[in-house]
Amino acid sequence: MMALTFKQAQWNEPLIIDRSREGVVGFSLPSSEIPPADVPVQLLRKKPPKLPEVSEVDVIRHYVRLSQENYGVDLGIYPLGSCTMKYNPKVLDKLVATPKIQDLHPLQDPASVQGILRILYELSQWLAEIVGLSKVSLQPAAGAHGEFAGAMIMRAFHKQNGDLEKRDEIIVPDSAHGTNPASATMAGFKVVQIPSNQEGCVDIDALRASVSQRTAGLMLTNPNTLGIFEAEILEIAKLVHEAGGLLYYDGANLNAMLGKAKPGRMGFDIVHINIHKTFGTPHGGGGPGSGPVVVSKKLEGFLPVPTVERDGDRYYLDFNRENSIGKIRGFWGNSSVLLRAYAYILMMGRDGLEEVAEVSVLNANYLARKLGQVRGLELPFSHRVRKHEFVLSAARMANETGVTAAHLSKRLLDFGIHAPTVYFPLIVDEAMMIEPTETVSKQELDELIAAFSKASAEAYTNPDLVRESPKGTAVTRIDEARASHPKTMQLTWKQKPQAV
Amino acid sequence: MHEPHPYVPNSSHRIKEEMLHDLGVLDVEDLFSDIPGPIRKNSALNLPPTQSEIETKLKVEDLLSRNLSTRDIVSFLGGGVWPHHVPAAVDEIVSRSEFLTSYTPYQPEISQGMLQALFEYQSMIAELMGMEFANSSLYDWATALGEAARMSSRLTRRDEFLVPHYVQPDRIQTLKTFCDPAGMRILEVKQDRRTGAISNDDLQQKIGSKTAGVYIENPSYLGFFENEAKRIGEIAHEKGALFIIGADPISLGLFTSPGELGADIAIGEGQPLGNHMNYGGPLLGLFACREERLLRQMPGRLIGMTTTKDGTSKAFAMVLQTREQHIRREKATSNICTNEALCAVAAAAYLSLMGPQGLERLGKAILANSSYAMRQLKKVEGLKVPLFEAQHFKEFAVGFDGTGLSASQVNTRLLLRGIQGGVCLNDQFSELGQSALYCVTECHSREDIDRLVATIMQMLGER
Repeated sequence: MMALTFKQAQWNEPLIIDRSREGVVGFSLPSSEIPPADVPVQLLRKKPPKLPEVSEVDVIRHYVRLSQENYGVDLGIYPLGSCTMKYNPKVLDKLVATPKIQDLHPLQDPASVQGILRILYELSQWLAEIVGLSKVSLQPAAGAHGEFAGAMIMRAFHKQNGDLEKRDEIIVPDSAHGTNPASATMAGFKVVQIPSNQEGCVDIDALRASVSQRTAGLMLTNPNTLGIFEAEILEIAKLVHEAGGLLYYDGANLNAMLGKAKPGRMGFDIVHINIHKTFGTPHGGGGPGSGPVVVSKKLEGFLPVPTVERDGDRYYLDFNRENSIGKIRGFWGNSSVLLRAYAYILMMGRDGLEEVAEVSVLNANYLARKLGQVRGLELPFSHRVRKHEFVLSAARMANETGVTAAHLSKRLLDFGIHAPTVYFPLIVDEAMMIEPTETVSKQELDELIAAFSKASAEAYTNPDLVRESPKGTAVTRIDEARASHPKTMQLTWKQKPQAV
Repeated sequence: MHEPHPYVPNSSHRIKEEMLHDLGVLDVEDLFSDIPGPIRKNSALNLPPTQSEIETKLKVEDLLSRNLSTRDIVSFLGGGVWPHHVPAAVDEIVSRSEFLTSYTPYQPEISQGMLQALFEYQSMIAELMGMEFANSSLYDWATALGEAARMSSRLTRRDEFLVPHYVQPDRIQTLKTFCDPAGMRILEVKQDRRTGAISNDDLQQKIGSKTAGVYIENPSYLGFFENEAKRIGEIAHEKGALFIIGADPISLGLFTSPGELGADIAIGEGQPLGNHMNYGGPLLGLFACREERLLRQMPGRLIGMTTTKDGTSKAFAMVLQTREQHIRREKATSNICTNEALCAVAAAAYLSLMGPQGLERLGKAILANSSYAMRQLKKVEGLKVPLFEAQHFKEFAVGFDGTGLSASQVNTRLLLRGIQGGVCLNDQFSELGQSALYCVTECHSREDIDRLVATIMQMLGER
C-alpha cells in the first residue's frame, strides 16, 4: 500500500519571458548563398513581438520543469469521470515519431500516400463495426466537433425531407454532457431538456411528452453520465423514430460497450467516437483528440467530405458526395491520432477490446461498492450495477462536516491521486464522477479507496485539514475568483490588470 | 475467459475472480445483465485477433513505409499546411509524458505546468498577432474562421460576413458549414485578377448595415499581400462591422501584424510553429482579439495568471469558464471542449526558441528562398510566375497556360522525376487557368529549387 504522501515538484518557475536576456538565441538557420529579398517598407512589422530571447538550454529546462508540475496518467490513477483517462501504450508514440507520417502533406499525390490511406480506410471499417453502423468520417478533431458534424447531419437529413423548418428541436436529458446542448445550438437547433427519472435514467413519460413533429433528434450517451445503462433504450429509440427524429449517440462512454453492445443495435442513427478516450491515444493536456462520426446507411450521403475509399488495391479520398454537409475543418482529420488508434485496435484485437469493457466495468463496480460505504459518501440510485463509471454524492459529508466534494477532491491531490470530475452531472448533489478505466490495478483501486477513507476520517475529525488542502502540489489552493475578476484578470504577460 | 493483457492489469484471472467474489458476482457477464437481450446478443466484434507489440509494430511500419514523405521527395506543397523545420527541442518537450498524458487542467493545483505553458502560449500568440488576448487554441484555421464569423455576428447582431475571393476552399467551405445554421450569409468580395488587390468598389457595394465582419488574409492563400489592408479595416469599422485578419504566423516576425493593420480578431494556422504536417492533422487554430469588449464572446479555453489564496505564489487557472459548454451548456459561445493543447505547447516552445530575432531572420530566409524560386521559374519559357503582381511570401501561383500542359500533367511528370509539384489551382479557381500554388520555405535548399527549375525546363523541352 502506498503511503498516501505526495510531493509534486515546486520549481516556482518564472515566466519564460522573465528568463529573457537580450541577444540570446535558441535557433539556428542554414546559411545560404541566396541573396536577401527586399520588402516594401509599409509591409514591414513596426514593433517586434515581445518574445523571449533564450537559449535552447533555457527552453528545455523551463518546460521540463513545468512538466514536472503537471500530473499525467503515467504518474498514477486519473479517475476523471467521462474522460476515460486510460494508459496510453508507449509503442503508439513511437509509431507516430517517423517522417513517414510527420512529413506527409495532405495534398500529396494519392499514389505517394497509399500506406496512410489504407490505415485510415481500415480504421474506418473497424470503427463502423465497433459501433454497429455503416459509414465513418474521420475528420472531426474532437468529440464536440463530432457532435457538431452529427447535428449538422441531422439538419441535412430533415432538410432533404423538406421539414427542417418545423423540426427545430433537439432533446437532451438533463444528465447530458455540456457539449450536447452546445453542439445542438451551434447547429441551429433549440434545445429541449428533459428531466431524468428517480433512477437517473431518461424519464420515458417526459420524453413522450416532449417528442413531436418539431423533434429533429435526441442526443444521448449510453451508459449515461451516471454510469447507468439506459435499459429502456429500445423504447426511447422507438419514441424518437416514430416522431420522425433521429437518435444521436454521444460516444464519450463507449469504453464500457466494446464488444458488449453496439449503439447501432440500440437504435442510434449517428455516433461520434472519442478516439482519445476509448482507443488509448494520449489526451495531450486537452488535445489533440479525434472524434470520428459514424452513421447508418440512410445517412451516408450527408457525411462531411472527403471519405477514405478503396478501389481494388488502391486507396483514395472521395470528395464526391452530393448531399454532404460539406467541410467541417481543413484537410482530412487528426491523422497522427488516428494512426495511434489503428495500432491500438490491432494490439487489443476483438478479445482485448471486449476485455477492456469487462475490466473497466469490473473496476468501476468494485470501486462503487467500496466507496459507497465510506462515511459521508453515498451511491445514489438503486441500480444493481454500474458500467464504466459511477457518481457518488458527498452531500451527507458536506452537511455533517462542511467538507464538500470540491474540498475532498483537493485532498486527494495531496495523496498523489487526480481528483474525479466534480459537480457533474448536475442532477446529483455534491457529485463526484469516477471512472477508473481498465488500466488501473487492484492495488491502485485499493489505494484510491484508502485515500477516500482517510480523507473522510479527516473530514469528521479535522475538517480544516481537508478544507485547506492541497499542500503537496506545485501550488496550494488557488485564488480563482481573482483569476476571473474583471479587475484582476490577467491573460497575457503583457496585460496590466487594473488592480493588483 | 480472455488472455491477460499488458495494458489491463486486472485481466489476470486470479485478480478478476477475487474482485468478482468481492462483489458477490459469479461471472463478469452479470455486470452486463442490465443490457436487454436483443442488444447484448448481436455484439460480437468482427475484428482482427489480438496482436503482439512486435507484430503491430512491423505491420504499421510496413504500411507507413509505402508513403513517400518530404524526406523522400522534394515537395512544393503548402496551401494551409506547410513544411517547416521542427526543432528537436520542441519534439522533446511535447513528448514529456506529464504533458502528453494529462488532460484539461480541471484541477489547477496539480496541473500548473500545462496551465503555465498555455498562459505563455496565449501571451506569445497575442504578441505575434499584435492583439491583447488570445485563447489557448481551436482545432485549426478553418474552424477558427467559422468561429470568428459567428463571434462577429453575436457581437454586432448582424448576419452577413464578407470574405475575399481567393481563400483556401476548405476554409470557405468550413466557414459556410459553421455559418449556415446561424442563418448567416457569406458574401465574396472580388479581387483584382492582376494584382490580387481587394476591389474597393465591390467592397463598398457589398458592405452595409447587415455586415457583421469583413475578413481578409495577409498574406493571402495565394501568397500575396494586400496593400490596402488598413483601409479595408477602416471601411469595416465605419460600417460598424468587425475586421478579421487571417495570417500565417511564420510571417509575423517580419511582416505587419493583424493588430498593426487594425484587426479586431486575428486568426491563423499554428501548424508552422513547431508542429509536424502529419498528413493534415492535428493542426492548431490561432484565435486572438483586440480588446476586452470582445473577450466575453470569444470561443475556447482561456488561462489566467493569479495567485494562491494565501498570496505567496503566482498560480494559473482556467478563467471565464462561464462562456464554456460545461458550465453554460446551450448558451455557451462555442461547443469546443477538447482542443489542441499539446500543439499549443509546441508553439510556445517553438516561439521561445525563435525569439523575435529568430522569427525575423526566418521570415527573411523564407522570403529570400521563395523570391529566388520565383525569379528562377520566371526564366522558364511558357510559365507565368507569379500569377499576381504583388509582394509575395512563401507561396506564389505559377501559370502553366503557356506550356500546353495542364497543371496536373505537370505534377504527374514531376512526380516521376521525384518532385511533388504545387497545389493545383485550376479546380479551385477556374479563372486562373492551368496553375499551381508553389510553397518554398527554409526547408528548401538552393539545390532543391534549381532542380525544380531544371526539371520543368527539361520536361517542357521534351514536349
